[in-house]
Amino acid sequence: MAVEIDPSYMKHKKGIQKGMFTCFRILSYFIAAVLFYILGFIIVKGISVINWDFLTQAPTDGMTKGGILPAIVGTFYLMIGSAVFSFPVGVMSGIYMNEYAPKGKMVNFIRTMTNNLAGIPSIVFGLFGMAFFVNYLDFGDSIIAGSLTLGLLALPIVIRTTEEAFKDIPNSYREGSLALGATKAQTIWKVLLPMAMPRIITGLILSLGRVSGETAPILFTCAAYFLPKLPESIFDQCMALPYHLYVIATSGTDIEAQTPIAYGTAFVLIVIVLIMNLLANNIRKYFENKLKSK
Amino acid sequence: MKRLIDNIARYVLTVSGFTTSVVILLIIGFLFKEAVGLFNNPIVEDGYVLALNKENDVKRLSAQQIKNIFDEEITNWKEVGGKDMPITVFRLEDLDKHYTEAELGAEYEYAGDKIAEQVHQTPGIVAYVPDVLMKGQKDIHYIENQDIPVKDVLLGNEWFPTATPSPIFGILPLISGTLWVSFFAILIALPFGLAISIYLAEVANEKTRKFLKPIIELLNGIPSVVYGFFGLAVIVPFLQQTFNLPVGESGLAGSLVLAIMALPTIITVGEDAMRSCPRSMREASLALGATQWQTIYKVVIPFSISGITSGIVLGIGRAIGETMAVLMVTGNAAVMPHSILEPLRTIPATIAAELGEAPAGGAHYQSLFLLGVILFFITLIINSCVEIVSSRNKFKK
Repeated sequence: MAVEIDPSYMKHKKGIQKGMFTCFRILSYFIAAVLFYILGFIIVKGISVINWDFLTQAPTDGMTKGGILPAIVGTFYLMIGSAVFSFPVGVMSGIYMNEYAPKGKMVNFIRTMTNNLAGIPSIVFGLFGMAFFVNYLDFGDSIIAGSLTLGLLALPIVIRTTEEAFKDIPNSYREGSLALGATKAQTIWKVLLPMAMPRIITGLILSLGRVSGETAPILFTCAAYFLPKLPESIFDQCMALPYHLYVIATSGTDIEAQTPIAYGTAFVLIVIVLIMNLLANNIRKYFENKLKSK
Repeated sequence: MKRLIDNIARYVLTVSGFTTSVVILLIIGFLFKEAVGLFNNPIVEDGYVLALNKENDVKRLSAQQIKNIFDEEITNWKEVGGKDMPITVFRLEDLDKHYTEAELGAEYEYAGDKIAEQVHQTPGIVAYVPDVLMKGQKDIHYIENQDIPVKDVLLGNEWFPTATPSPIFGILPLISGTLWVSFFAILIALPFGLAISIYLAEVANEKTRKFLKPIIELLNGIPSVVYGFFGLAVIVPFLQQTFNLPVGESGLAGSLVLAIMALPTIITVGEDAMRSCPRSMREASLALGATQWQTIYKVVIPFSISGITSGIVLGIGRAIGETMAVLMVTGNAAVMPHSILEPLRTIPATIAAELGEAPAGGAHYQSLFLLGVILFFITLIINSCVEIVSSRNKFKK
């Protein structure tokens, strides 16, 4: 016996569906438009400021003229500094979780701690960095204090990607290596780590992208309002792009002269983030294809 | 030899495995150490006393009363439980009005005596002076200097950390500022976030998805100062014109910026949750004659509700902890907000704005660490909520 469905009921339902879907579509495109507006606004206004001098000169005339070289270099130092700390520690921590820690409670505990660390607002990292690295360990306002603070921020990202990368390696690789008489450390070093590396690197690059844009953690640990010279040691303060943008956007003597510099700085920041994202995506795709072709 | 290396590796890896736990402990330890110190500070700034005439029987004043007295909002001792006489406020600078430099001595060596003289002469006086000057002065009555009470901080609704003689650290305006901004941000972001995650997960074709998804992920990577700068350059002037405000920097500007910033989190997590709904469930629903939309809201959404909720909660967490963007666009007025269109100030923005000026180790500095502790716990609670919600999801599968 065929079930009769009232055609007008179906029509009504289809109508609702159509209405809802159209609504979703419009909202999605609206947000996409907003995003393009934000990006476009900064890119269009920023790109006209960018020239060789802007990228290679220090700010002059009370930061109303000149370039942003010290800020670019400072951000670069901070990215490297944070990676030097977060990369080895994060990778080792991720390996421990996958290969050594007793499954169950221990892994869950570490994962919870890592998630908690990832959820802490960046300004709290700044407070901690100031109390611990700057005051307690007496590094002062310095690149090393800033790098360590940012490294803590990047740590959860590196740990997570390492953990996931190792988790996806089939057990047969471990067993094969161990069966050949390799120790656990050798297995990890020679078999697992090379396989996991592309994804770990992807995670590292993403964390660098995040680090390059953080302001709150370096406000009190490292960032300098203005430095005419480039930093000479890791115990010097340095300028940084995000802090520089904050400073010239919110304070200063000559707002009109500073605005173009602010657009230029925002542009450079966005370009760094874009490059990091593209790089991470491409590395991932490259190695995925390579693994597939094997 | 190999075994030795193996053991060393195990040892090193174990140690680094607990780095995050150690870091969290250190954060808690250091934040708490500074924050708790706040409650060991006297109400009146360290090294100073409030001297009264010996006839005056007022013994205790709260920080709020002291501030009002020195702001000349309270002008009679009757209002703070004393006798009916007008209050005469006396600060160290006022000495110069009454005495010549010669009388005070070249190095203020007679200042103590002169202050005492003033205090004896004026029945209604309250003198805010360094305690070293008052050593050995007789017949002077001092306001008892109690420690800053916990209640006044947690329930106080005024934030004047730099007021003299007694700073006021009521954190309610900051907490309510944070909640207002985050609440409106989520209110704005929620409909968009849900609509877009449903659209991406269920409705959009592969091509549209491949186009929209990377953009939304990219949005997540843009630094918060850039959002703040965009807010300052575009949203703030826009709001000022639209609502005809005296200043465009307002809670609403912060909410709008935060809404844009919280969107990627809500969308990504929500979409992932909906995609994890098994194909068989969808097909069963469609086979029973349900339309696609009925399937979505009767099957897919109930199935993935815990994932969607964690996305929203994570978005709230991001909004509450966000510092720079909010600092740049909300106008930073540390008062109880009456409307979302007024300038207000959030906890993270307060820390960022004031820590640079607060002398290390002082009460102001410690109060900012207290704010950090509060923020830390708010995010800890939010994280636990997310874990509980998502663990329920696993159980359901």
